[in-house]
Amino acid sequence: MTTSMFGAPIQRKEDPRLVTGGGRYLDDMGHRALAAAFVRSPHAHARIVDIDVTDAFEVDGLVGIWTHEDLPGKVGEPLPLLIPHPTLTHGRTQFALARDEVNYVGEAIVMVVARDRYIAEDVCQRIRVDYELLTPVVGIANARDGSALVHEDVPGNVACRMLQEVGDVDAAIAAAPHTLELELDIERSACMPMEGKGVLARWDTDKGELRIFSSTQTSTGVRAAVAAKLDLPLAKVECIAPDVGGGFGVKINHPWPEEVLIPWAARLLEQEVKWTEDRREHFISSAHERGQLQEIKVGFDEQGRILALDVKFWHDNGAYTPYGIIVPIITSTQLLGPYKPGAYRCEFWSLYTNTVLVTPYRGAGRPQGCFAMERTMDAIAEYLGIDRTEVRSRNFILPEEMPYDHGLLFQDGRPLKYDSGDFPASMAKLKALVGWDDFAAYREQAEAEGRRVGLGIGCYVEGTGVGPYEGGHIQIETSGRVNVSTGLTSQGQGHETSFAQIVAQELGVPIGDVFVTTGDTRRMPYAVGTFASRAAVMSGNAIALAARNVRAKALRIAADALEVSAEDLEIVDGIVQVKGAPGTRMSLGTVSVMSNPLRYAFDDAAKAATQFAGSNDPNKPPVADDDEPGLEGKDFYSPTQATFANGMHAAIVETDPVTAEIRVLRYCVIHDCGNMINPMIVEGQVHGGVAQGVGGALYERMVYDESGQLLNASFMDFLMPYASEVPHIETDHLETPSPLNPLGIKGAGEAGCIPVTAVIASAISDAEGFAITSMPISPVELWELRQRHARGEIPSLARPRHTSTSPGSAPVPPVQEAR
Amino acid sequence: MKPAPFVHHAPRSVADAVAVLAEVGHDGKVLAGGQSLIPILNMRLASPAHLVDINQVAGLADVTVSDTEVRVGALVRHAQLEHHDEAYAALPLLRQALVNVAHPVIRNRGTTVGSIAHADAAGEMPAMLALTDGVVEAVSASASREIAVADFFEGALETSLTPEELAVAVRFRRFAAGTGTSFMERARRHGDYAMAGVAAAVRTSDGLIADARLSFVSVTDVPRSLDVTEVFAGQEPESVDWSAAADLVHAAIEPEGDIHATAEYRAMLAVELARLTLAQAARRSVAAHQVARDTEGPAA
Ligand SMILES: Cc1cc2nc3c(=O)[nH]c(=O)nc-3n(C[C@H](O)[C@H](O)[C@H](O)COP(=O)(O)OP(=O)(O)OC[C@H]3O[C@@H](n4cnc5c(N)ncnc54)[C@H](O)[C@@H]3O)c2cc1C
Repeated sequence: MTTSMFGAPIQRKEDPRLVTGGGRYLDDMGHRALAAAFVRSPHAHARIVDIDVTDAFEVDGLVGIWTHEDLPGKVGEPLPLLIPHPTLTHGRTQFALARDEVNYVGEAIVMVVARDRYIAEDVCQRIRVDYELLTPVVGIANARDGSALVHEDVPGNVACRMLQEVGDVDAAIAAAPHTLELELDIERSACMPMEGKGVLARWDTDKGELRIFSSTQTSTGVRAAVAAKLDLPLAKVECIAPDVGGGFGVKINHPWPEEVLIPWAARLLEQEVKWTEDRREHFISSAHERGQLQEIKVGFDEQGRILALDVKFWHDNGAYTPYGIIVPIITSTQLLGPYKPGAYRCEFWSLYTNTVLVTPYRGAGRPQGCFAMERTMDAIAEYLGIDRTEVRSRNFILPEEMPYDHGLLFQDGRPLKYDSGDFPASMAKLKALVGWDDFAAYREQAEAEGRRVGLGIGCYVEGTGVGPYEGGHIQIETSGRVNVSTGLTSQGQGHETSFAQIVAQELGVPIGDVFVTTGDTRRMPYAVGTFASRAAVMSGNAIALAARNVRAKALRIAADALEVSAEDLEIVDGIVQVKGAPGTRMSLGTVSVMSNPLRYAFDDAAKAATQFAGSNDPNKPPVADDDEPGLEGKDFYSPTQATFANGMHAAIVETDPVTAEIRVLRYCVIHDCGNMINPMIVEGQVHGGVAQGVGGALYERMVYDESGQLLNASFMDFLMPYASEVPHIETDHLETPSPLNPLGIKGAGEAGCIPVTAVIASAISDAEGFAITSMPISPVELWELRQRHARGEIPSLARPRHTSTSPGSAPVPPVQEAR
Repeated sequence: MKPAPFVHHAPRSVADAVAVLAEVGHDGKVLAGGQSLIPILNMRLASPAHLVDINQVAGLADVTVSDTEVRVGALVRHAQLEHHDEAYAALPLLRQALVNVAHPVIRNRGTTVGSIAHADAAGEMPAMLALTDGVVEAVSASASREIAVADFFEGALETSLTPEELAVAVRFRRFAAGTGTSFMERARRHGDYAMAGVAAAVRTSDGLIADARLSFVSVTDVPRSLDVTEVFAGQEPESVDWSAAADLVHAAIEPEGDIHATAEYRAMLAVELARLTLAQAARRSVAAHQVARDTEGPAA
């Protein structure tokens, strides 16, 4: 091998196409398709009394109007509950079009199909729906109170109550020298991919075949769900994810109402039908995440070691639970981070509210869990007067304790068992990167200038690469072109590059010869989807295994032809050659020709594989009994459990003494996702994650009023950070390989965003001298907290704040350009 | 997110434009840069039957600077005015404010006159018209008139322009020689509409404060200029307590709370920004005198 492709920070193959307008997203297709638009509920909770469409019929260009009444058979039944769980005793899903009750502003009630979207919206405006208003349940406190119900038949609004306990928490708390209690609050945010959802469906009447294009994170999932809903044989349904402009979780839930209705309408009308979600629809009818209230009780010793951790939290799951209770399960298990509390109990309630439903958003419950754990760590440090990194270190699981089994069940129904990680090493790197030990001196200097600064920290562990499986298929053409296919989908992660790097490495071919296809059920019908930081681990390893199969076959064929032993062969730059005697060689393209015995020569190269071309053994069939034609291989990767990546972040923030504006001066990341296929892509994932984390910590929230109206359903008022709000991100990596998979890799997709809220809260607390317990936080909120603190309503942090350990060595952080 | 049907008119001259406006009356809307109007149409918050698109109209795209004024035509984009060096030399306040109007891509399309005609209390340029005691030039099929800023803004998103009128230009009045200006705002994100913004103009004379004025963004319904000279007149700019105008500022503003900031917070910001901008404007006034003395030329 000349250059190693695995681990090389090469630029992404897909970017020139994507950044020069060559992408083909859902709305770039189907220009002649009919367009769908929806009448959506303006009320959070109401009974539908009457739907009057008389005024709408006169609109020129109208094709059809449908309400729930019109939906036949399974199309009219509730959408599937994708992930059932024994504790999800009251799971509820919505109808594709609301039947008699609406449970959030934005729930679809009427579908209109017209010549174009303009007309469809004109028609929607003329449809009148009469409602009988019901009491809306908004906010976790109201849901928990339970005096008003979202679903009449769900008492207390409790979809699920779940309890996991390891050890005897009550006894350990009773015996602990110290205890502390915390109440925490974290707000809703959402994925907000640049491209919203979208579906285009084509029905081929002659063949009875349906082709669906969907901006989805799982084309196999959509295909199976739609086939089931429309009573079609799977063989008659194809689903393709074109270029997808971001997902971040919201597009893993499926089928969305539109994913059922658009194909159904296309078949009914025998015409192409398309729906492209607009931003307002995305805000009010896709999914949100994050909202939780948490209560924590912790018992610890003089050293700050946690003897018992007792966590209760209330999770807002919105109006329905199509994706089950994955998010709170992840919170309850991943909360533990890199630590090993003596005893642990977590009890949670997943509650219905009359708001948009909640499904995983990058991080998927982990930012909340990390917030709970890391706020607790800071509180212990504060209470004992011990450095915050020291308290954490004393609770770390040590490398020699790996694999470490927490004795809990993870989101995949398998043991929560960490495979590897070196937390003390990560901490040492982080302290060095941010200059932890010099901060006191820096602060002293800043305070002398009238500035207020704080340092924060947060650690996390992330279970990545959950099963059940993914597959890889590789086929080498006679030209030497290598076609790679895997069934999970891409939303901008760089799969065309990182998967190609694996194949280039395993096969010994130039990366330019490798072409990756994802998310096309025609090419790989068996797949699960892209979520849970699993693509590299699952498809990466499946593709590696497939490549190894193809390599073995190529060597076998070439060994035969060159009359040498396969062990003596190597593949370099797409050429199979004898090690040490590269003159004896043939290209992989030629091997491909020979792998496929031909009757007809379609070009010069193909002649070599035809029946009169060589010395065929007349006693053997052209394709051996245990062989197949073609230089092709397929394999699947299915692990016994998730692999656990980890990271630690630190930030320095500055708060304005007068206006309480918050500025992140430095943001430092130590990240360990095992072996890196492409460090540049990993870095990009971390940056993007941190940017979303900064959004969740300082800017984004879903502002519902008490009637359940979302007050900020636009990019004007929902504040995603711009580039100008995202700090420069300093990163360093540790590579602790996973022993679980052939490539030794762990997932990296969600990592960046997980601890940001905890880190920023920690830093602001440090700057202000009182604990921040509710996130996100805006300048106004900090300003008001200061006033409450001044009135004595919020206690000061116990530890004297201005202690300087190493005077004279204040590092000045690179301050960002003031705006 | 698609507008309701409308008729698109693309007149080539002011005469044609106002003829259409006269015909369609209340059913019509002028379309300039579209950076405010198009989102409103897309969200169907308004559905005018006629759009009078002035982007093809000749003669509206000029910035002209005279001894007393900077005149800005109705098709001058924010970016064009921002980068206009002569306008900057004549009235630095314009650029100081314009860099805070949204982002470059929006400034490339949006017009300064459109922004003033739109009369959003959160817009920067209406407050600049107020601080400079400017004028709006309006033309209709039957008449032309000049509207002083005091008579122009009537309420949030309300002006004294009639549906038949086209604002063909605005004129910002230049400050007296030796005046320094400053603009600052605080927004949740860079380029967003401000939670509060303040423009200040301070003139010193013989080393003492002679004139001081403020105008506000996002904390008043109608942009107005507030004269705070009485608080500071005759004092030395180096030693003055610039927070002394706080009571006047409080009395002049009527901030409202929304999901981004409470009324109290905005009031605090307005007071703080008044202090900061007055101080900066005064420093610039002093510096302008210095430059004038050094070069013996006219001050900016
Ligand atoms: C994301 C975003 C952020 C923004 N942020 C800011 C900001 O921070 N500060 C700010 O000030 N603005 C901001 N804007 C608005 C921007 O400055 C607009 O350009 C400006 O408000 C309107 O100018 P326009 O030329 O686009 O007008 P249009 O959108 O075309 O028209 C706006 C209104 O004015 C009327 N009108 C326009 N021109 C005339 C005329 N010549 N005669 C009579 N009536 C007329 C129209 O009929 C319409 O009612 C933002 C816009 C966007 C999209």
